[in-house]
Amino acid sequence: MDSGTREMLAHELYEAYRTKVPLDRLSDRHPGMVVEDSYEIQLIQIRRRLAEGRTIVGHKVGLTSAAMQRQLGVDQPDYGHITDDMVHLEHLPIPVDAYIQPKVEPEIAFVLKRELRGPGVTVHQAIAAIDFVLPAIEIIDSRIKDWRIGLLDTIADNASSGGIVLGSTPVGVGEVDLRLSGCVLHVNGEVAATGAGGAVLGSPLTSLVWLANTVGALGVTLEPGHVILPGSQTGAVAVSAGDAVTARFGGIGSVTARFTGDRVATTVGAA
Amino acid sequence: MAITDIDSCATELLACEEERRDRGPITEEWSGLDQASAYAVQDEVLRRKVAAGQRVIGVKLGLTSRAKQQRMNVHAPLTGWLTDAMVLQAGVPVPQDQLIHPRAEPEIVFVLGADLVGPGVTAATAMAAVDMVYAGVEIIDSRYRDFRFTLPDVIADNASSAKFILGGVGRRPEELDLMMEACLLEVNGAIVDSATGGAVQGHPAEALALAANDLASRGLRLEAGWIVLTGGMTDAVFTTPGTNVGAHFTSLGSIAVRG
Repeated sequence: MDSGTREMLAHELYEAYRTKVPLDRLSDRHPGMVVEDSYEIQLIQIRRRLAEGRTIVGHKVGLTSAAMQRQLGVDQPDYGHITDDMVHLEHLPIPVDAYIQPKVEPEIAFVLKRELRGPGVTVHQAIAAIDFVLPAIEIIDSRIKDWRIGLLDTIADNASSGGIVLGSTPVGVGEVDLRLSGCVLHVNGEVAATGAGGAVLGSPLTSLVWLANTVGALGVTLEPGHVILPGSQTGAVAVSAGDAVTARFGGIGSVTARFTGDRVATTVGAA
Repeated sequence: MAITDIDSCATELLACEEERRDRGPITEEWSGLDQASAYAVQDEVLRRKVAAGQRVIGVKLGLTSRAKQQRMNVHAPLTGWLTDAMVLQAGVPVPQDQLIHPRAEPEIVFVLGADLVGPGVTAATAMAAVDMVYAGVEIIDSRYRDFRFTLPDVIADNASSAKFILGGVGRRPEELDLMMEACLLEVNGAIVDSATGGAVQGHPAEALALAANDLASRGLRLEAGWIVLTGGMTDAVFTTPGTNVGAHFTSLGSIAVRG
């Protein structure tokens, strides 16, 4: 795929955020598209947002569950960027119409105190680089019609990211077994999904190591203070205006996201 | 043999189990099989097993997860009987020569310290009757081809019961947060699924209360010392020969099952 086509698709995706009109599947329209094209299309959009004053606060890893990998026919995760304007505060209203077709996923977020520069990062180095973990809800969204995504589409679309809601109960990474810690996702008081940390590539730590080494091969470093969302512990659950979503994690605490129909900017992280 | 009543239905299902023979849904052959007559079939099969020397040691619940209830289009779980012939010792492979198409599913298991008599049992009163909590892996099997059945069919088939294995770690109920108790399910070392006790009717105690109240509607009770399998936390996975299934729980240890 030539650079002009990459620029064009990046622009289409960028516009879809604004218009809320989702696109047809990119990979169907461009059969020659490869993974490198998709990551470059993602980066063009990120560079444009940085030029507009946004900052990168971390990364997310997607396609980390056996079910999702089976569904998309892949055996690797993918990643996207988290910018400051994507961060919401718990319990404060999140306007659902800021998104196209939002879903939520419960995750244990890592906050780094040291940089992680791959390739060659090992699990013990990753553990040593973690400041604390936080309960988190990721809001995923797709700029592709009806979530009909393939691997190439979701990577180009910033790994289908939308926003993140972080809880406020930091826990040391050594204080909990991240694999066997249970997770329950409540939507409006009902159990909507359950899972365990190990649903994320066997351990959320594996996801962090994968991310550090994958972006490291491209010359990107995970920075101190960055937040990493390693992947969902359950299947994603669609949300609409009026929904209250609580993710509980054994030994880590809980975080609540509240979705409203009001078009009110409440992203405190945004400048 | 034509299936025309409770007696002939029990005879056919017992024969399927003994001969390792699967079949089509009985509801397609005998219109009289409804929920009430299906439980009568279940009780008749149990009566014959007890007459042959087996002992009742508890009950199991089925269809306790919302996902399974939605697939079956039902809104309540079902119960089945456990006998001592269903106990599989830890480390013993799944007895393929006794089963048709066994699958494994991880469960939270209660051992009762007191009788539990419905109706009106709540999750709180149910937990007060629990002596110990264990992890379990239930080996389910269906006498129906491809596990294709309606609700009365599966009730008559004793809720697809076959075997079960208890974990080695028993805990008192007050030590555990069963909604958050997680299970990570692996097949040949690869993680395939995970869930918590919250997937079982919102909390396994709710499943236990349902079992007590369900039995009460048939004039029966849960007895002290009985084992209660509260229902699969995840979907079941096949345990074909050579398959190794591992279930790892937050506080209740691990169970390995060899297919």
